[in-house]
Amino acid sequence: MTKPSKVLILGSGPIVIGQAAEFDYSGTQACRALREEGITTVLVNSNPATIMTDEETADIVYIEPLTVDVVERIIAREQPDGLLPTLGGQTGLNLAVALADAGVLERHNVRLLGTSLETIRRAEDRELFKQMLVEIGEPVPDGETVRTWEEAEAVRQRIGLPLVVRPAYTLGGTGGGVAHTLEQYEAIVKGGLAASPITQVLVERSLLGWKELEYEVMRDSADNCITICNMENLDPMGVHTGDSIVVAPSQTLTDKEYQMLRSAALKIIRALGIEGGCNIQFGLAPRPDVVPWAWPDGVSAAPGDRFDLPPYYVIEVNPRVSRSSALASKATGYPIARVAAKIAAGKRLDEIPNAVTQKTTAAFEPALDYCVVKIPRWPFDKFQFGDRQIGTQMKATGEVMAIDRSFEAALQKAVRSLEIGGRSLLWEDPNWADDPMARPMEATDERLWTVMAALRRGAETIDVARRSGIDPWFLERMQNIIRMERRLLAEPLTRDLLREAKRLGFSDNQVATLADRLPEQVRDLRKEWDLRPVYKMVDTCAAEFEAATPYFYSTYEDENEAPPLKEDKVLVIGSGPIRIGQGIEFDYSAVHAVWALQEAGYKALIANSNPETVSTDFDTSDRLYFEPLDEESLREILHNEETEEGVGPGTILQFGGQTAINLSEPLYRTARQIVGSSYETIDLAEDRRRFENFLGNLGIPQPPGAGIRTIEEALSTAQQIGYPVLVRPSYVLGGRAMEIVQNATELIRYMSMALELAEGKPILIDKYMEGREVEVDAICDGEAVLIPGIMEHIERAGVHSGDSMAVYPAINLTQAEVDTIVDYTTQIGLAMDVRGLMNVQYVMMQEDGAESRIYVIEVNPRASRTVPFISKVTGVPMVRLAVNCALGTPLKHQGYAGGLWPRQPLVAVKAPVFSMSKLIGVDTYLGPEMKSTGEVMGVDRTFPAALAKAVIAAEMALPPKGGALISVSDRTKPAAIPVIRRLHQAGYRLYATEGTAAEIRALGLPVEQVTKRLDEGHPNVMDVINEGLVDCVINTPEGGRSTLQDGFQIRRAATERRIPCFTSMDTALAATEALLAGSQAFNVLPINEYRQPPTDGD
Amino acid sequence: MSDPAYLVLEDGTIFEGQRLGAPLSATGEVVFNTSMTGYQEALTDPSYAGQLLVMTYPIQGNYGVNGRDDESRRLQVSAFVVREHCLAPSHHLMTSTLHDYLLERGVPGISGVDTRALTRRLRAAGVMMGSLVQESPQQALDRLRESKRYGEVDLVPAVSAANPFEWPPEGVYAPREPESVRRIVVLDLGVKYNIMRSLGLLGCDVTAVPARTPAADILALKPDGVVLSPGPGDPAQLGYVVETVKGLIGRTPLMGICLGHQVTGIALGGRTYKLKFGHRGANHPVKDIATGRVHITSQNHGYAVDGQGLPGSVEVSHLHLNDGTVEGLRGLTDPLMTIQYHSEASPGPLDNMYLFERFVEMVEGDAQP
Repeated sequence: MTKPSKVLILGSGPIVIGQAAEFDYSGTQACRALREEGITTVLVNSNPATIMTDEETADIVYIEPLTVDVVERIIAREQPDGLLPTLGGQTGLNLAVALADAGVLERHNVRLLGTSLETIRRAEDRELFKQMLVEIGEPVPDGETVRTWEEAEAVRQRIGLPLVVRPAYTLGGTGGGVAHTLEQYEAIVKGGLAASPITQVLVERSLLGWKELEYEVMRDSADNCITICNMENLDPMGVHTGDSIVVAPSQTLTDKEYQMLRSAALKIIRALGIEGGCNIQFGLAPRPDVVPWAWPDGVSAAPGDRFDLPPYYVIEVNPRVSRSSALASKATGYPIARVAAKIAAGKRLDEIPNAVTQKTTAAFEPALDYCVVKIPRWPFDKFQFGDRQIGTQMKATGEVMAIDRSFEAALQKAVRSLEIGGRSLLWEDPNWADDPMARPMEATDERLWTVMAALRRGAETIDVARRSGIDPWFLERMQNIIRMERRLLAEPLTRDLLREAKRLGFSDNQVATLADRLPEQVRDLRKEWDLRPVYKMVDTCAAEFEAATPYFYSTYEDENEAPPLKEDKVLVIGSGPIRIGQGIEFDYSAVHAVWALQEAGYKALIANSNPETVSTDFDTSDRLYFEPLDEESLREILHNEETEEGVGPGTILQFGGQTAINLSEPLYRTARQIVGSSYETIDLAEDRRRFENFLGNLGIPQPPGAGIRTIEEALSTAQQIGYPVLVRPSYVLGGRAMEIVQNATELIRYMSMALELAEGKPILIDKYMEGREVEVDAICDGEAVLIPGIMEHIERAGVHSGDSMAVYPAINLTQAEVDTIVDYTTQIGLAMDVRGLMNVQYVMMQEDGAESRIYVIEVNPRASRTVPFISKVTGVPMVRLAVNCALGTPLKHQGYAGGLWPRQPLVAVKAPVFSMSKLIGVDTYLGPEMKSTGEVMGVDRTFPAALAKAVIAAEMALPPKGGALISVSDRTKPAAIPVIRRLHQAGYRLYATEGTAAEIRALGLPVEQVTKRLDEGHPNVMDVINEGLVDCVINTPEGGRSTLQDGFQIRRAATERRIPCFTSMDTALAATEALLAGSQAFNVLPINEYRQPPTDGD
Repeated sequence: MSDPAYLVLEDGTIFEGQRLGAPLSATGEVVFNTSMTGYQEALTDPSYAGQLLVMTYPIQGNYGVNGRDDESRRLQVSAFVVREHCLAPSHHLMTSTLHDYLLERGVPGISGVDTRALTRRLRAAGVMMGSLVQESPQQALDRLRESKRYGEVDLVPAVSAANPFEWPPEGVYAPREPESVRRIVVLDLGVKYNIMRSLGLLGCDVTAVPARTPAADILALKPDGVVLSPGPGDPAQLGYVVETVKGLIGRTPLMGICLGHQVTGIALGGRTYKLKFGHRGANHPVKDIATGRVHITSQNHGYAVDGQGLPGSVEVSHLHLNDGTVEGLRGLTDPLMTIQYHSEASPGPLDNMYLFERFVEMVEGDAQP
């Protein structure tokens, strides 16, 4: 195969559940690997919050919607000779197939690299895949691919329930599930058929309760095959692997079983003919005494002198780099995406150097000498009312990984890394009953804790194994943890006992709780007894060869392999697992901070717990500490990096989101240096009372309000400032538990909930102002404040900024308003003594006839989620400037001055992306609590074109013709008029509920009235949605919690049918504007060209 | 179970841990294996005779031991060194825990050792002698002074069968085999069951004979081919085996595995040398020079054949991708193939079973000239 000279790489688009930061990691590695080969890389992705869309990562970067039309325009312009489809997740793979189907690849002579179209089809089409497995003699569960409900019903009658339903070509298992009853079966099959772009689902025998194993395999063009890693799911089959606790390597398999599955995996990758990486999932029969029906008849439950290997089935293949391969890559140190890209470019495994050992080649299988545990991070701390059952539909937004020399320690460190309010394995819900088996042990986000609680109350391992399907091996390890809990409760705390506890991963906090001490006292004891963690290297080879990668994990052992780096160094705190409110944007900033430090001549260390990210890639930093991001880990890392004089490195907190900011207090308390804005600055911004005085002294207005700690204070403050009020806990991110409250009853309900959540920190209560919202990111060096850009939100205040569409530049602002914002921002930055990045949010209230009045809503002295967006559209290297300011180099010495950066000749619209179809039971209306998981950017010369691209990329675009269901509150009826007129103008059929229909008729427009009372005749609102009569829903809830329920079913139905549902009239207006503008009016250009003045060629 | 135990290396490094298995002492060469599974197979691999085996994977004993995975009739290692052994294993085939298995069969072990630190020591300084004791580090140093070095002892007689035996011996797992169509004799220098099992599955009737069986006696059994098995120790100690191999080359198709490969190299006029820390694990990449293909192999050897000084009648057929050492030879005039690694796997990847097929083809080709 000839080496391609120019390759197009497809990114994976916005972060959604099932497709997160792992594809930024893989795309970034691939771009670098191909550039090393002298290949020109062209990258397209709609997600600006990625390292891969940096102009330093690929040669030519397009931030454009991932559609066939757009990508064909890019191909026509760039004329690449190869396309790499396997590094952009399912989105990239599906897009590649669509491009091939549309004849685009053939038309432009572009060949698919690595994996052929035929291979993709054979792996993705259930029927072809099954056929192939049967041909090569690999076992597949009995089942059939069906295209209609009738076919599905026939399969049920033949095989019987329980059956598992898997839709074809969806990511994260969207729309699938296990059916135990006929009703469930019908619902899941019909939902799955709707979710599948080719209306196809696989129905097969349920392997519920079987062991689930995954193998990451790699193959080159010379047919050399290797296994990178195998992984065992602690949660047995029935739970999506993305939602499973996963351990690497497998723990309960004998060598014979390990090799049996390994051989099968290699056979499959060969049969598929993949050149690159591939992930294969197997179901392996569990112990007969745990799940008897998994075995053929005649196998007794008693273990004994038998020879049979357990039966297994091939479950699924991902013919591409996947979330599991990102995990395997971080778990082993083997750079899977990099090697896959090199293979796609024609290299053989034995021709690719092993970047870790720098002596051997990529043709070997990593050997681990530690245990890795991954735990998913679910969004149920935000969506308490969502359906918390875990099944074949993935629900986690992110994940954490921890490494240690024992399973117990890796598990406990992973739990610490989750950052769920400091929750350790000791956590229990106060309502949990004393009866050990009373709690459900089906998979939920809390199963780990319910299982621990049952074992703690004396439940037998085998009983819990039968109830949960978890192999007794894992439960016995949890018993080990519980035995240690008991010892810590009962025995005097000696050095030996404490050492044993630390080797089982107990944190100082846990030991303190159990041994009745303060955490600081436990720490002092460790110091006294010289019990410190050592740091060991992840080297791919179990120490067999000397390795060059600076990738470390802590453990309580004898030998430390990470002596302090001698050079000047700074520790960058990452942002931990991806969750709603703290996503990939922060990893973008952390990675840039590392690069900026290195450019400034420092060694950059990074601490993070997230295996999906670029920041935890083996060659990003000078030293990677893969650790939980809590006080204990941070202090140990700093201690480990101390020089002989006892001086530790400085720490940069401002790029790690709220996770890092929350570490400012312990750093301050222990007299460690914070590089950049000080604890004082951070506290000033977070402490409501201090902040109020601060703004008052500057004469800058803010909505009246207070920080309060009791219900009484809340009520009196609210009465004073008047309802509605905006309430939220301080020191949280993403508007967690933020609400708009309309009256005293609701305020009491809110406060009882929030006080518990606030952990002693005050609750903030502000006058709610429904004005235009404006947001600013700025960099301050103590002398000047540079404002790269001002963003205007499309939705009015009240919708969380992370869920708002934002426009750069602020096109509707008057010069006077811009001047005021620049002035306020500058004053705040200087007076707060910010060193580095800050983000300020403003609300503008238009008073009749008069100039608008601008209020400060909040100031965050750290990188915000819009940093990558603004960096990319303005070209200002914001993180680099901020790092240098933090290090003490003023802006003017970096070639920048204070004030507003010149407006660029472009308009960019950032749009949020939600994963609501995966979160059953979660209300989709937009409010002050953030709900989106990712974002896209539309950029062009004009606002309508940029907006059109943003709505296309966010899948909010309205089809050119169709129907709309409108049901809006009285409050928003005036705002709905232009939306209604535009829809009518576009030729939409309008359906509306009683009140709204009356309004439409009053406008003289045709409308079909439907009832919202589901038991009062037809057609009702659900009918028009479920019958496919409408292509969008506009539903604004009345104020107040109780009335939210009215629209809930409408919004969920729309979400499940995957049609846009607008709950803010501002968003709806923008979408209809984009509809009228049409989709043909936009440019497709590399991002840097938009920043150049337009030429005729545009 | 928390009695102390000490592992002391000849350079004086002391590792303290807890006793595992039998309360005995042991002295031998300390070697490490990087395979993440297969401790039972490794413990019963005769090639580990005279050695204290360190597993780099920190959690051992997870699935206990079973009636299927023994590779010889007894435990062969001198001692077993782990970071942690599992007290509550889980597996449907399990008959015993690792600890009880070691205890009942009289093999000592040590648990709680920073095995990564130990491995790094061996990597840096090379494999060395070590002693495992229960009493005190001083006692270990005394024992080290008194003991013979690993390479100075012929360990083969202790592991080879005393009398010829047919595959399968009673009570050893053997899957249903096809009808035997050819007869293979295995010269038992410390054979692993899976070599015989693999040959059986290819339709071979397999007989193992003791290491000291002369060539004439082997040929008198009228074999269609002979396999020279793996085994422990320095091949330079095995003059008598070399003589046997000389008597077999050219007279019957030969397959040499590991130690069998090394003695063949010597029989051909080549020499062997000791590697710094050997190759022990299940992830070793070997290039088959004829096909250019890379195979992941299971390895367990501390010596290697020098590629220089071999006669023109053989060529190097396989090379180790990491360090370029010789991993296999092929006869150009005689039906002869040898490999330095373990095509029988167990533990390890099954990628190299094709070599048994190649051997059987060679046997067939020889039978039908």
